Amino acid sequence: MSATSDYRRREESITLASEPAGQGETHELLTLNIGPHHPATHGVLRLLVTLEGEIVRDLKPIIGYVHTGIEKTCEDKSYWKVIPCVERMDYLAYYFNAMAFCGAVETLLGIEVPPRAQYLRVIHLELNRIMSHLVWLGTSALDLGAMSMFWYCFRERETILDLFEMSSGQRMHTRYIQVGGVMEDIPHGFDTKLAAFVKEMPTRADQYAALLEQNEIVLQRLRNVCPLDEQTLLSLGVTGPLLRAAGNPWDLRKAQPYSSYDHFDFKIPVGTVGDNYDRFRVRHAELYESTKIIDQALRGLPEGPFITPDRKVSLPPRHELATSMEALIHHFKLVTEGFRVPPGEVYYPIESPRGELGCFVRADGSAKPARVHMRDPSFVNLQATVPMVKDAYIADLIATLAMIDPILGGIDR
Amino acid sequence: MPDATGLELIAHDLRDADSESVLGTVFMHGRATVIAEPRLVHSVLERLKDRGYGFLASLHGCDYYPEEPRLGVLYELLDMHEVDRISVKARVHVDAAHIASVVDLWPGANHPEREVYDMFGVVFDGHPDLRRILMPEDYEGFPQRRDFPIGGEPVLFTYNEENSYGKWQ
Repeated sequence: MSATSDYRRREESITLASEPAGQGETHELLTLNIGPHHPATHGVLRLLVTLEGEIVRDLKPIIGYVHTGIEKTCEDKSYWKVIPCVERMDYLAYYFNAMAFCGAVETLLGIEVPPRAQYLRVIHLELNRIMSHLVWLGTSALDLGAMSMFWYCFRERETILDLFEMSSGQRMHTRYIQVGGVMEDIPHGFDTKLAAFVKEMPTRADQYAALLEQNEIVLQRLRNVCPLDEQTLLSLGVTGPLLRAAGNPWDLRKAQPYSSYDHFDFKIPVGTVGDNYDRFRVRHAELYESTKIIDQALRGLPEGPFITPDRKVSLPPRHELATSMEALIHHFKLVTEGFRVPPGEVYYPIESPRGELGCFVRADGSAKPARVHMRDPSFVNLQATVPMVKDAYIADLIATLAMIDPILGGIDR
Repeated sequence: MPDATGLELIAHDLRDADSESVLGTVFMHGRATVIAEPRLVHSVLERLKDRGYGFLASLHGCDYYPEEPRLGVLYELLDMHEVDRISVKARVHVDAAHIASVVDLWPGANHPEREVYDMFGVVFDGHPDLRRILMPEDYEGFPQRRDFPIGGEPVLFTYNEENSYGKWQ
């Protein structure tokens, strides 16, 4: 069998048998395929939609098109080499992936992260949250026909990526968060640039609101469209802004504070009815709250080391290699074999821009993890699409999908 | 997390309801795990759900090769009011990898259970639509098992890879 015909056979193996059949001329159902390559699906997502006229009667999301087996790859790498792999899962929340993995490994090792490293982590995590929400806001507005929003959002995103480049040398997939702390201390000039951004961001968010919230078209497309109540969301395992839009103030940064989130004063925005408008407002309000956290973390940034001084885990400073034999041995051991982690299992949940991002790590005592699993919020949240868009217009399906904010890299991993 | 004593109390109550349901408990790194008998895991989860652990945060698989029983299914439960987590683990043998589905308790377990089936080959009895989710429908083998090799596989363009443009080595 040639590869081409094998590919066709695979396509045909997707059955439509469980779709309801049409009932006479007036109720004829149409099955429409959307994607996998479609700008409105925010990635390589395929939707099989059963339509009655313009009304969505059933929907099947088909995923796996960008499955690259990252979890399998991680099992073949030493712990510190896993970080760049997991960062590529949810490609808009790379700091969060690294944070969840490093947090899990730190729990297994039982090491303390220095306060300065925790604050630096918080600064970068919240910058990443703003960045992720900006991409969401720009592309969602684009789906609703607001072209200019996209450029404004990407302008601010560019500032954040410049900050990432300044602190770590990379714009995306920065590998900044390390086991035991962060890669490097922030460079000179970073704090002034960040302070300027913190000052600017709320006015920018005000401008987005002025552009969108008075706009009749946006309001009609979002208000009372595709609501879903709190209980259904909870039973589906949905977390993050989608759950908060339905009125449940569940946020792991408040409920189970990690990385000194309990030091900061911020609010959890919640919605009331859980429609698309609430989802939009909750994420928009989070832009302000994240800015507040960054401001406080920058002002209260403690002095001290940026990574744990435990030489069994973190690389010794470069200058020590020339003078200390012990440092040289540690350096050699760390870059060749990596550090060993005592056997155990741990599940480390954090609040990503899309909900609970939990990293499960099983260590077997060697220098490579025996299992790495990411509970990616997009993967679970995608299940809420069907109850949300059932009996809604197909145009609202596109708007709702944008408001769910699925990241296919995280869904397929 | 419940502390070590709290975990023992929960395990005691679960054993009271059904003496065979709990095989053991592990408390490590602040993580409380109930090791449940795979035949009775559904009732264990149902009792924990009634106890307040009403949110299924995560469901994932794990291969404990070469230990037996090899395959593990882990349920991370969360009590949102007490902010308390507990995990339930059920281990099954590779040749009898069957476990009861919990989609009736948490509809959100649908995709995660399909993922565990896809990656480890654990069959969830009672699942409404147990198909592969991330791998192609006609894929053979369960790639996350520890004895599944890492390596290249033929794709659509492999058959004429040698004479394709850019293949200069």
